[in-house]
Amino acid sequence: MKKKHLDISGFLSSILAIIIGLAVGFIILLICNKNQAIPGFQTIITGAITHGQKGIGQVFYYATPLILCGLAVGFAFKTGLFNIGASGQFTMGAFGATLIGICIKNLGQVHWIVALLVAIIFGAIWGSIPGILKAFFNVNEVISAIMLNYVGMYLVNWIVGSWKIGGKQVLFNSLRNESYNVSQSAIIPKWGLDKLFPGSSANSGIIIAIIVVILIYLLLEKTTFGFELKAVGYNKHAGKYAGINEKKNIILAMLISGAIAGLAGGLVFLSGTGRHIEIVDVVADEGFTGISVALLGLSNPFGVLLAGLFIAYLQSGGFYLQLFSFSTEIIDIIVAVIIYFSAFALIVRLFIMRIHQKNENKEKKLNKSDKKRGVE
Amino acid sequence: MSDYAIEMLNITKVFPGIIANDDITIRLKKATIHALLGENGAGKSTLMSVLFGLYTPEKGIIKVNGKDVKIKDPLDANAYGIGMVHQHFKLVHNFTVVQNILLGVEPTKHGILYFKDAREKIIFLSEKYKLRIEPDAYIEDITVGMQQRVEILKMLYRDNDIMIFDEPTAVLTPQEIEELMVIMKELKNEGKSILFISHKLDEIKSAADECSVLRRGKYIGTVDVKNTTKEQLSEMMVGRPVELKVEKTEAKPEETVLEVKNLVVKAEHKSKNAINDISLNVRKGEIVCIAGIDGNGQQELISGITGLMPIVSGEIILNGQDVTHKSIRYKNTHGLSHIPEDRHRDGLVLDYDLQKNLVLQEYFQNPFSFKNFLHHREILNYSNKLICEFDIRSGEGSFTKARSMSGGNQQKAIIAREISKKPELLIAVQPTRGLDVGAIEYIHHRIVEERDKGTAILLVSLELDEVMNLSDRILVIFEGEIVGEFDPKKVTINELGLYMAGSKKQIKEVEV
Repeated sequence: MKKKHLDISGFLSSILAIIIGLAVGFIILLICNKNQAIPGFQTIITGAITHGQKGIGQVFYYATPLILCGLAVGFAFKTGLFNIGASGQFTMGAFGATLIGICIKNLGQVHWIVALLVAIIFGAIWGSIPGILKAFFNVNEVISAIMLNYVGMYLVNWIVGSWKIGGKQVLFNSLRNESYNVSQSAIIPKWGLDKLFPGSSANSGIIIAIIVVILIYLLLEKTTFGFELKAVGYNKHAGKYAGINEKKNIILAMLISGAIAGLAGGLVFLSGTGRHIEIVDVVADEGFTGISVALLGLSNPFGVLLAGLFIAYLQSGGFYLQLFSFSTEIIDIIVAVIIYFSAFALIVRLFIMRIHQKNENKEKKLNKSDKKRGVE
Repeated sequence: MSDYAIEMLNITKVFPGIIANDDITIRLKKATIHALLGENGAGKSTLMSVLFGLYTPEKGIIKVNGKDVKIKDPLDANAYGIGMVHQHFKLVHNFTVVQNILLGVEPTKHGILYFKDAREKIIFLSEKYKLRIEPDAYIEDITVGMQQRVEILKMLYRDNDIMIFDEPTAVLTPQEIEELMVIMKELKNEGKSILFISHKLDEIKSAADECSVLRRGKYIGTVDVKNTTKEQLSEMMVGRPVELKVEKTEAKPEETVLEVKNLVVKAEHKSKNAINDISLNVRKGEIVCIAGIDGNGQQELISGITGLMPIVSGEIILNGQDVTHKSIRYKNTHGLSHIPEDRHRDGLVLDYDLQKNLVLQEYFQNPFSFKNFLHHREILNYSNKLICEFDIRSGEGSFTKARSMSGGNQQKAIIAREISKKPELLIAVQPTRGLDVGAIEYIHHRIVEERDKGTAILLVSLELDEVMNLSDRILVIFEGEIVGEFDPKKVTINELGLYMAGSKKQIKEVEV
């Protein structure tokens, strides 16, 4: 009975955080343009659905990398690690998928699957580096992962930009200043989602993401491996005392986390919607948004799924703000503010629990004094 | 003038969810020693914090020398002549003794520090009250006993007439305790009034004139110590008659279960060895106790045996099998159970619920899991069985988060888990630390029961009463070495104390 209660407090806190975020977003709209604030706000809230099936399809499309990056970060949180390097792992996954998509031919039906597997492997390698450093040399994973974000970005830029065979660019299309298109066979299938949501970019990515959410949930809750991961995450001393191999756990946790982020990168860059590797010095922002998603979803796989959908919903709603002559930067700011406040879900949760505790104590005291009176 | 140095009348202090002090009245007569007795959580510390101005009580009056006072902070307390020796000393480790005593009241001459006269006053005081100190030694270099004398001198230097000693004997050897008792009586004869907080009945019997007893925040009564027996005092403290002695029969040791040969373990973050060439053995059906003052290598010895810390050299043989280089898990599953010293740090995953904690070392074995998938129903059944069998009390049974359980029940859960593994060797490190008398009684009982079932038991304890009560064989550890082996029936607490302090040592028999 009590257990349910706790879950509700977690859910409530996320909702409250979202409401606060929306309120602050509304205030910013008011400051920018008083007259258009109310219709603008309405658009953020309802924009995605007012555009029918296309709008909903877009939400799924945007949500795919957010859910997976959020899951990568949330999974690491559950095991006591802060994987701030999801961006780098995402980039490496994107690179792996693009590499296979462009260079390998004649794979036919399984081309996209091979490309995704390589994306997963690249992400896993990039994720396991901070894990290995932490396990064997006690290097803080936050620092090494942040640095690997930049190493990953520059490494990919360098390889894509300068890899030539016989004087010919292998990956880089210098006319369009971005990587070549991947082969048609490497593009992930639609699985009927294009018919369900006509006009949108929705594809099987969202279904794959949901499957991964379920798999991670099962891993964490139902397996001995998940039991070990969480035990070490909550209390590594007790984990060691219980005979759990702590080093192995840290490395595997980071490896899995990186693999999920790498998969996210692969799914985005194989969606055939025009995402290409551009040589710009910007770290992929999906990984950082993933941190917000994980916090908003309280690191619970299904919470992360909902949080990812919600933030994608806001982002696609925000897109239509342009109709009310808000500049695109303002839209980004508003969506960022809402996400930012949403990430306070944890703090709000503490706050709720404290209020709850106070009430309980009051009840107890009342009960006690009642009893006393009864005795008298 | 009033007869009382301090009167705390009808003090009530409420914390959210708990009444820490419920209408408590104690009176400290001038030039007497007044003991404050109670279990952990009885409200002793809260009461003293109220006296020291750290908490404001909801109700009640404090009088010092017959006058109503308001004490808002420790500086006020000091101004009324109240001083305190805390359980954990408040000393600066890289300052000298004199510097520590003068800290906060530094004498100056023309605005520049001038310690010469003050130093002489300190030496005069230390000679007058027979408080041996080395005025220019650094705190980190002197013994705990001397550190305590420095704390007492701090109060004397500030002309405090009312002194509070908060569990002052917890860190001392029996000899040092005796010395402290003499010092306290000396201070009393000089007209100081002393409030002495303790839960050790022997000390109260030997030093105090009066004793006030608290239980669960309530005032139970004040008695004249001379006319009250220890049994009466403990009954007042616990609320029911308590067996102070553990009933047990003669041990019938059989073959050796654990053999440790020439073990060397390095101290964490230090270059020196914490354990230096220790050899010992524990046999089936006996309780071997490692006695010693805290920090003499007990932790490293156990960590070395269990595998929590790497060892430098030596051999560990469990049941005739060399397990020196085996993993923690291997030892856990081959007859070793370990009740760790710090149950929050090592013994439990506080954010896991009780059922998960009860299978913390066995979750991967049949029937709790099958092909890497957990069997939640089996875990729940097992957990419910242990909860019943060991009477583990908690709000939501198997689903209670370990964090929200009381210390006594957390310890019961660990003991249930470790004993139910049916170990051949049970290592228990301070299994009763921080628990109340009732829980201690239960745990002692269980340990003896295990011994009678034929388990080999290695017990580490800092409490000499526990050592004398439970063990069949005592090994004294001092600075990482075993300095003596004793039969508890043939040795006195005083004798043990001499070995624990390092002033005596048995010469090792050379095996030929």
